[in-house]
Amino acid sequence: MSNVAIVGIGIHPFGRHDASGMDQGVFAARQALADAGIDWSDVQYAFGGSYAAGNADTMVSRLGLTGVPFINVANGCATGGSALISAYNAINAGAADVVMAIGFDKHPRGAFDSLPAEYGLDPWYGDIGLMLTTQFFAMKIQRYMHLHGISHSTLAKVAVKNFANASLNDNAWRRTPLSEDDVLNAAMLSHPLTQYMFCSPGEGGIALVLARADRAHAYTRTPVLLRSAVLRSRPFGSFEVFNSWLSPERGDSPSVAAAKGAFEMAGVGPGELSLAQVQDTESGAEIMHMAETGLCADGEQEALIQSGSTNIGGTLPINTDGGCIGNGEPIGASGLRQVYESVLQLRGAAGARQVENAMTAFTHVYGAPGISACTVLSR
Amino acid sequence: MIPVADGLFTWPSDQPQLIGAHFPASGVTTFPYVTSCPKTSSTDVHHVLLPRRGTLWSWTIQAFLPKNPPYAGRESAGEFVPYGVGYVLLGDEVLVESRLTMNQPDQISIGMELELVIVPFTTNDAGQTVVTYAFAPASEGTS
Repeated sequence: MSNVAIVGIGIHPFGRHDASGMDQGVFAARQALADAGIDWSDVQYAFGGSYAAGNADTMVSRLGLTGVPFINVANGCATGGSALISAYNAINAGAADVVMAIGFDKHPRGAFDSLPAEYGLDPWYGDIGLMLTTQFFAMKIQRYMHLHGISHSTLAKVAVKNFANASLNDNAWRRTPLSEDDVLNAAMLSHPLTQYMFCSPGEGGIALVLARADRAHAYTRTPVLLRSAVLRSRPFGSFEVFNSWLSPERGDSPSVAAAKGAFEMAGVGPGELSLAQVQDTESGAEIMHMAETGLCADGEQEALIQSGSTNIGGTLPINTDGGCIGNGEPIGASGLRQVYESVLQLRGAAGARQVENAMTAFTHVYGAPGISACTVLSR
Repeated sequence: MIPVADGLFTWPSDQPQLIGAHFPASGVTTFPYVTSCPKTSSTDVHHVLLPRRGTLWSWTIQAFLPKNPPYAGRESAGEFVPYGVGYVLLGDEVLVESRLTMNQPDQISIGMELELVIVPFTTNDAGQTVVTYAFAPASEGTS
């Protein structure tokens, strides 16, 4: 049984800003401390990271040189999720009662320009034009559409939903609603995915204050229980970015094991959720991750999305804050943004995008080179 | 003409083949050659020449100019010609990621028969044509 609650949350708006990535992290940290009604000197342990905006622990010179143990986390797209799991474990292990998890980032515009050597690959792979994450996502959903009957219209509807949700979120980046035709007729970047089906690298920061659940009411009237937090790397046979070959012996994605572990640890099933945030690097990713995380069976997404079941007001709202498509992708912050949104919803404080009677939430982050982190939270 | 890297495919050759690694203990075949099995960590490995023909498993079309680096092409965005990318199932041994010579959706379908070709894709600092492997629609007959 988890004894960890989230008692403070902070966000720097996502988008493009003059402020450095670190500034945005500090902004989020101060807001989270204020939300929990504590000072930085009350924080007994901190975990944080960014992909491209510097070492998180250097922010102690801005927040206060209290001597707090602050561990930098660098785990690609699961950086925020890994910081959260480290905080969760520190509290459950009895190492600290009040812990901060923080993630922030700032990326230049355009597709990520990953270099082969960073992924253990030889230069030829980048030379010939295969070193693009966009190609991987396109080929994964292309195959999935072929096997499971997902339509181009359904791909577009995911983006339409996420832009609509973002339009209700003052902290989101892309708040202009788009029509299905707008999405389908946008530039085709990597068939079958158009420009508006992809999220964009962006900026933002999130900080969370976690505390022992049995003392959570000292900090907030509305603690949210973090019932599980599970990270997995890829098993043999999973289909991941930057692979010059795959085995014909196909295996599960790391999201399958991470989600299963998170539901089991929480003692909650997918059918008991009020809402979910799942990684929507592009529209197809949200569709495939719905099945990988156990929220539905392969192929059921077509009817669920066409009928609006994943919209706010539907049977299982997904990416209620606009997801990565509406918020952009600051790598270090994305996983924690999902948890921030879940806490807002479970507090009943999500304003125009509030899911009625939200009791239990699920988050799922996924990224290169094949890592996934999932959480279950409840009121 | 020079290959983009040594050891990826037999070259020069009228019937070029990709060069992989085969691990007898696990049955795993990789492309390109590696020295440690990703399934079992075995280091008992030998080189293997992969089948020249296969079927398309999935695909996309790279429609915008990739950033250089890591892309080595020297064309401008205006000169850029989109290229297909896919995974090709070779025998029942391995799925290999490759450029495709086709770049229009109506030219490409999952399951189509393909064969290996060697194609130019850029020039290097010395003015040499750099060639890479790619897959094209299979010609009639067997190879």
